[in-house]
Amino acid sequence: MIYIAIVFLPLLGALLAGFFGRVLTARGSEIVTTALLLIAAVLSWIAFVNVGFYHETARVPVAQWITSGELDVSWALRIDTLSAVMLVVVTTVSSLVHIYSIGYMQDDPSRSRFFSYLSLFTFAMLMLVTSDNLLQMFFGWEGVGLASYLLIGFWYKKPEANAAAMKAFIVNRVGDFGFALGIFGLFFVFNSINFDQLFAEAQMVALENNPKNTIEFLGYQFDTLTTLCLLLFMGAMGKSAQFLLHTWLPDAMEGPTPVSALIHAATMVTAGVFMVARMSPLFDLAPVALQVVTIVGTATAFFAATIGLVQNDIKRVIAYSTCSQLGYMFAACGLGAYGVAIFHLFTHAFFKALLFLGAGSVIHSMHHEQDMRNMGGLAPKIRTTWIMMLIGTLALTGFGIPHLIGFAGFHSKDAIIEAAFAGNTPYNYVFITLVAAAAMTSFYSWRLIFMTFHGKTRAEPDTFRHAHESPWVMLIPLGVLAVGAVAAGFVFKDFFIGHHYKEFWGNSLFEASNNHIMHDMHDRSVVPKWVGWLPFGAMAGGFALAWLYYIRMPWLPELTARIFRPVYLFLLNKWYFDELYDWLFVRPTMAIGRFLWKRVDGSVIDGTVDGTARSVAWATGKAVRLQTGYVYHYAFVMLIGVAALLTLFIRSLLMSGGPTP
Amino acid sequence: MSELANISAIAPEIVLAIGAMALLMAGAFSSKTASVSTDQIVETQHESGMIWAGIAVLALACALIFTLPSESQLIFGGALVVDSFSQFMKVLILIAGIGGLILSFDYLEGKGLSKFEYPVLVLLSCAGMLLMVSANDLISLYLALELSSLPLYILAAFHRDNLRSSEAGLKYFVLGALSSGMLLYGASLIYGFTGSTAFSEIAKVPALQDGVLNVGLIFGLVFLLVGLAFKVSAVPFHMWTPDVYEGAPTPVTAFFAAAPKLAAMALLMRVLGGAFSGLSDQWQQIIIFVSIASMVLGAVAAIGQNNIKRMMAYSSIGHVGFALVGVAANSQDGAQATLVYLAIYLAMTLGVFAGILAMRRHDLLVEDIDGLSGLAQNNLPLASGIAILMFSLAGLPPLAGFIGKLYVFSAAIEAGLYPLAIIGVLASVIAAYYYLRVVKVMFFDEPKEKFSPVHGKLSLIMGAAVIFIIGFMVVPSPLVQAATDAAKSLSFLK
Repeated sequence: MIYIAIVFLPLLGALLAGFFGRVLTARGSEIVTTALLLIAAVLSWIAFVNVGFYHETARVPVAQWITSGELDVSWALRIDTLSAVMLVVVTTVSSLVHIYSIGYMQDDPSRSRFFSYLSLFTFAMLMLVTSDNLLQMFFGWEGVGLASYLLIGFWYKKPEANAAAMKAFIVNRVGDFGFALGIFGLFFVFNSINFDQLFAEAQMVALENNPKNTIEFLGYQFDTLTTLCLLLFMGAMGKSAQFLLHTWLPDAMEGPTPVSALIHAATMVTAGVFMVARMSPLFDLAPVALQVVTIVGTATAFFAATIGLVQNDIKRVIAYSTCSQLGYMFAACGLGAYGVAIFHLFTHAFFKALLFLGAGSVIHSMHHEQDMRNMGGLAPKIRTTWIMMLIGTLALTGFGIPHLIGFAGFHSKDAIIEAAFAGNTPYNYVFITLVAAAAMTSFYSWRLIFMTFHGKTRAEPDTFRHAHESPWVMLIPLGVLAVGAVAAGFVFKDFFIGHHYKEFWGNSLFEASNNHIMHDMHDRSVVPKWVGWLPFGAMAGGFALAWLYYIRMPWLPELTARIFRPVYLFLLNKWYFDELYDWLFVRPTMAIGRFLWKRVDGSVIDGTVDGTARSVAWATGKAVRLQTGYVYHYAFVMLIGVAALLTLFIRSLLMSGGPTP
Repeated sequence: MSELANISAIAPEIVLAIGAMALLMAGAFSSKTASVSTDQIVETQHESGMIWAGIAVLALACALIFTLPSESQLIFGGALVVDSFSQFMKVLILIAGIGGLILSFDYLEGKGLSKFEYPVLVLLSCAGMLLMVSANDLISLYLALELSSLPLYILAAFHRDNLRSSEAGLKYFVLGALSSGMLLYGASLIYGFTGSTAFSEIAKVPALQDGVLNVGLIFGLVFLLVGLAFKVSAVPFHMWTPDVYEGAPTPVTAFFAAAPKLAAMALLMRVLGGAFSGLSDQWQQIIIFVSIASMVLGAVAAIGQNNIKRMMAYSSIGHVGFALVGVAANSQDGAQATLVYLAIYLAMTLGVFAGILAMRRHDLLVEDIDGLSGLAQNNLPLASGIAILMFSLAGLPPLAGFIGKLYVFSAAIEAGLYPLAIIGVLASVIAAYYYLRVVKVMFFDEPKEKFSPVHGKLSLIMGAAVIFIIGFMVVPSPLVQAATDAAKSLSFLK
């Protein structure tokens, strides 16, 4: 019952605010949706304790959904540790974002719509994380995509917002294509898309002598699990903005900032990681697919961090940071350390939401100025926001005393780096890349802090003078998230990744018999002590460099940019991915579209239709003129008709070698 | 078979013939006194009494048909055949005759044409048509055809003071004589090459003799078909139709569009299915050609017309083409489809002509399509009725006209005649244009002067037609069942 309430209270809120927003008034919509979500959040924590610590997993049937041939899908909530963690993350961040939005959106005329969308998103996300089968997950998957589309384009009068909304939707279609194919393929092989059956049979299919071990496509044999996992991962790449399908996430920052915090930092973008973890019984049996996941995750972690180094829009920096952190999570998944990935997902939700909402607070105080080049020196003006952002940054950069204690990110991110070392990849590339990315994370995070809050202000004098602290309704969520950013790491680490992890996760995560990574990463003989110190060094180095660049010698960044101009431009233009895609996909598509429109539709189809009409008119003229009114003409036509028919038969007689005269 | 059985089997025809002669006597003797009298009103009442009497005779004949046994029987030594097919068609023809007479009352009065000969001619023509439907021999075929045609020539010229009417009658007569001649020539060739005039004997002569086609027989068939195609006004033997339809008095046109076509169509089916079932490969080609030509020309040429009677002439040519699609299928389904189509066509035609007769300004018929503008504002029920009939003629679902087309096209597709079906669908799309144009003019164009009120008898016919075409989609089974039974009794399906 409690689970059903958690999932459906947000839907109730969305429906109330959406359909009765006018009756409830904007204020009423805010209160209704926020209150319902707060209840859901409290219930989620209760559920989390029940499931995580008292191991009360459950499967709550909601409704019979589809029964068609062998396809038998019922709507049920799957409650285990994995979904309980996600419930907590989603409802907590969502309720805080709801509260925050009351302040942030106070001047917006269509707040009912906004809160309705927020709650709708939350419902879809809860649907996704509690899914018991792939169809339900796909439903939630598309639901969050829809809500994301609606919310990015919330300010639909802004052309950039509309373009960004469409981009997010279309890029996600590419991933969803793979996801859908993966689901079809799983049904094809397993005759079911219910998790229980899939997981039970996965090991049988993995056996080499099983006829289902390979599937044939276009005459080639493919390993079943590898192929299907890669297809599923394609969906995850789209939703979680991984390398090659990442381009929509930075643009999605056109939406209101609370949306960025909720959807594009804490929850929706982590759906891909969640999905891989949920499907771990399949992925863990497909080593090649896992390698791909690792490579893509590592590449994203590195590549997004490099772009984050030079961006000037405060939200875009955080967006690329999100992209990079998601890469960390996938890297962990790829190494088989699903618990570590989910742990990072969990802590990241707190500090990244904190950073986004903090950035929102800065933007709010600066009257919707987002360019950090027009900020600086804001710390004394908005002291609370500054402190909150500091906490968020410390958490993100992983500040802490190695082997002892630290902020949330310290425990989760460093665990990923340790797992990367333990994973023993070729040349240790994952480990090295992730450490480098950590250094860059530190640099761009502190760069953000310094450019925004320290040094001499570069803001317009008027704006600077009017810069003001945000109202309490916005600061309270920041405070709550800050607590999470500080404490989520050391409080939960023993359960998520420590010695109790097996009891904590129960059966919700799967490890194949040859997957020892969770054990190895705690083994001093495998992971020496210095491995713990290295990320600390990277973090400190990044901080020092940022301090040098933006506090000590503020002229240095420009000089560096001038000397390494090609590199700088390459990073500033985000590796030219948008341009590449524009050239590779958008332009040819537009050209095909234009061709079909102008040539095929305009000339061929319209031409045919118009031509038909014209030839009918012509024939009408002829037919009417034939009707002269003279009897002998009429008789003549009749005789012609007889002659024609007779000729027809004489001809066919001759053809058939008819009678010789 | 005893003489009595023979006579009872053709009781409807006998009733019509005796009725016609009785009316002729009554008219001849009473009109002498009428011509002496100067009281015009008494005379018209008297003449409308004659029409009522004609309707009564037709209705009696119709009732007699229902008393006949449904199994087929040959009478008069095989010259005639009575079966459920002939019963079905005879009922339709008699309904067309009754409808044509009901439509005539006010028109004839208005034009001063109330002459007692009118119902007599209709009755005689109907008698000929009933015999056509039953004809089972080349000689009875020809006699029945002429018996039905001669009164029609006179009817076309019935408004003899009117130039166009006389012209129509003359044209019809001259061209009809030409077609009769060709039909006779064909019949003589057939007799020469088969040695018999009976359909059953003709059917026994094989199409191939020593691996070679029987050329004389095929030529005979072609000429025979030309005569019948003229009667159903199929392209290219249709040229008389627009002129005669336009020139003849409008109720006569309504009768022309309905009854003779049904009779000739029935005869065509009987000849092709009975006497020439062995030559089906040959006649199928002819029918397909004629059918396509009729559908296309009917659709294309009607677009150019501004006179609604001319438009309906081309419309009827097109509908004959659609009905022939079912014949071309050469199957029981095809025959059934054609019968259903003809019944629906009859209802639509009578309804539309009732509408045409109802649209009057200053007691003159409005025959120009442009003149119908704004009818909806003046007389919404009339405009709506005509609109529904036009939609049905255009074949818009779910009206009866659509279902009829569906039957014939699916029969064609089952017979593998895909090009025929495709061309037919295209033609009906083109044809939809001019039907819908009438609706558009009535409903959306600026109103002109007021229309005169509608006579009750016309609205009766139109109402019945509208109820039929709407009701058919709800309760199609009685008609479809009757058509199935009728199709079964056609011999070419056995």
